[in-house]
Amino acid sequence: MADIITKATRIGYAEGLLYLGETDEKVVVLDADLAGATQTAKFKQKHPDRFFDCGIAEQNMIGIASGLSLSGFTVFASSFAMFASGRAFEQIRNSVGYPHLNVKIGATHAGISVGEDGASHQCNEDIALMRSIPGMTIINPADAVEAKAATIAAAKYDGPVYMRFGRLAVPVIFDRDYKFEWGKAQVLTEGNDVAIMATGLMVNEALMAAEQLKNDGISARVINIHTIKPLDEECVINAARDCGCVVTAEEHNVIGGLGGAVCETLSENCPTPVVRVGVDDEFGRSGPAVELLHLYGLDAAHIVEASKKAITLK
Amino acid sequence: MDKKLKRELEMQAIRIRMDVIKGTFNAKSGHPGGSLSISDIMAYLYFHKMNVDPQNPDWEDRDRFVLSKGHTAPALYGALALKGFFPESEIERLRKPTSYLQGHPSLRLTPGVDMSTGSLGQGISAAVGMALAAKLKNKDYQVYTILGDGEIQEGQVWEAAMFAAAKKLDNLVAVVDNNNLQIDGTIEEVNSPYPIDKKFEAFGWNVINCDGHDFDEIDAAFTFADKKNGKPSVIIAKTVKGKGVSYMEYAVEWHGKAPQQEEYDEAMNELQDRLTELETLAAQE
Repeated sequence: MADIITKATRIGYAEGLLYLGETDEKVVVLDADLAGATQTAKFKQKHPDRFFDCGIAEQNMIGIASGLSLSGFTVFASSFAMFASGRAFEQIRNSVGYPHLNVKIGATHAGISVGEDGASHQCNEDIALMRSIPGMTIINPADAVEAKAATIAAAKYDGPVYMRFGRLAVPVIFDRDYKFEWGKAQVLTEGNDVAIMATGLMVNEALMAAEQLKNDGISARVINIHTIKPLDEECVINAARDCGCVVTAEEHNVIGGLGGAVCETLSENCPTPVVRVGVDDEFGRSGPAVELLHLYGLDAAHIVEASKKAITLK
Repeated sequence: MDKKLKRELEMQAIRIRMDVIKGTFNAKSGHPGGSLSISDIMAYLYFHKMNVDPQNPDWEDRDRFVLSKGHTAPALYGALALKGFFPESEIERLRKPTSYLQGHPSLRLTPGVDMSTGSLGQGISAAVGMALAAKLKNKDYQVYTILGDGEIQEGQVWEAAMFAAAKKLDNLVAVVDNNNLQIDGTIEEVNSPYPIDKKFEAFGWNVINCDGHDFDEIDAAFTFADKKNGKPSVIIAKTVKGKGVSYMEYAVEWHGKAPQQEEYDEAMNELQDRLTELETLAAQE
């Protein structure tokens, strides 16, 4: 078996920013004293004149991003997911979402895989928060390649975008020539027994789960939902119709995230049994990231189990 | 300040106040008190200080204005209508579902509004971003923002104040509308932000105190704020909540309440009398 290359999606974010720094002079990057961790320090090094550290003041950072965007800049404002989406929620809602400004929020260290820092820093609520803002686009890339491509695509889109990246190095699953399609879910494996809709680092787990299910004679359709909002409803409905049951998989609370979005879409358009894999409405704790992912049921084994359960619900 | 200009500004301020009363009366809601306290400064900004073009509201080189205390939108709408950004008749449709005059300013709906505000503490950050953008683009437009004296209880205001000074944004002028009243009482009773001047001074700003209803003082304050010494400037304007409508002056209950028919008539009569008086004086001068 070939060696698996791993890389954090936050690294892909920084690579995207570096590309934009060279190709788009309107791009400005903000951070809130976490440039080393969010990786925006790489942009700062190359383009110090277009990088502003706002200090530990996320609410003000979002407002500054609004002001810059109103003057024609494409602004990437970065912090940890907890502080970007949580601390500055109302600023994002009122100063970015309501006026529909061209501000991209680069939120790193999302989810339980933050690891040892524990529950205060493990944001499993950001997708729910951001989904509730009208006009917000939410992108949660599966690997570093997709993260880079999504970052570049976000700069071309005129409007607010919340981008969710992880701290943990995760397997790179896409080739270098991968094309990111804005708002389109991506079918990674064909199958008709169960549709597994995954986002972020759970996409790789879903692919591994599909391999295991194959051994049990179950064919799974694995779908990468990198754009959670707007959801690719057509792809979701078609998969539900073809497979008759659905599993969602996300590193987020099972409430309000991808699972919620899929359930809402299906219950209105194509009622189908759905089993949600995610953080079961609880806070995290300290520990090594990979250990925590298993502890909270965010792995291939749990997707396999959920898939078998979903099939019994048909 | 030139006498003729001063008289003209005094009259515009009265017209803004009449729009405040007209708008809130027809809407049966809104915030007249704090709108009346900033009416003179709004007149000064839109009819003297700011470089804006009602025919081209998005003109790139215009001066920017952010009403951080967004609930006093009626005063902003009055100034914008009088300046010609939209017909004055729209004022009577304030807060109606089909009007583009929202209860709080919305930049997507209203010509001349540079930033959506209403949630206190947020406007100043956007103003800081605009000032930073001017520096980045080597533009020499100025950015003005008005804060309430209660509003500065919001922590975000001080995040913005710290950043603006650290980044030497001397193209930013903030005004604190120091009418001393907020919803729950006087600002000292509720949670005193005093001394406001010393706080901004400590944050590295130029600080200018002035009477927010005296155009000579207002003019001197803004002229002082024009100096580019690497610091943002704040004008702490001593004002009277409800200014210009006797029964609303110094009365906290008029923070967020609309006048009834009789009250409306009384207010409009008083303002009209004052306007006539000023017009007579102007004709004689």
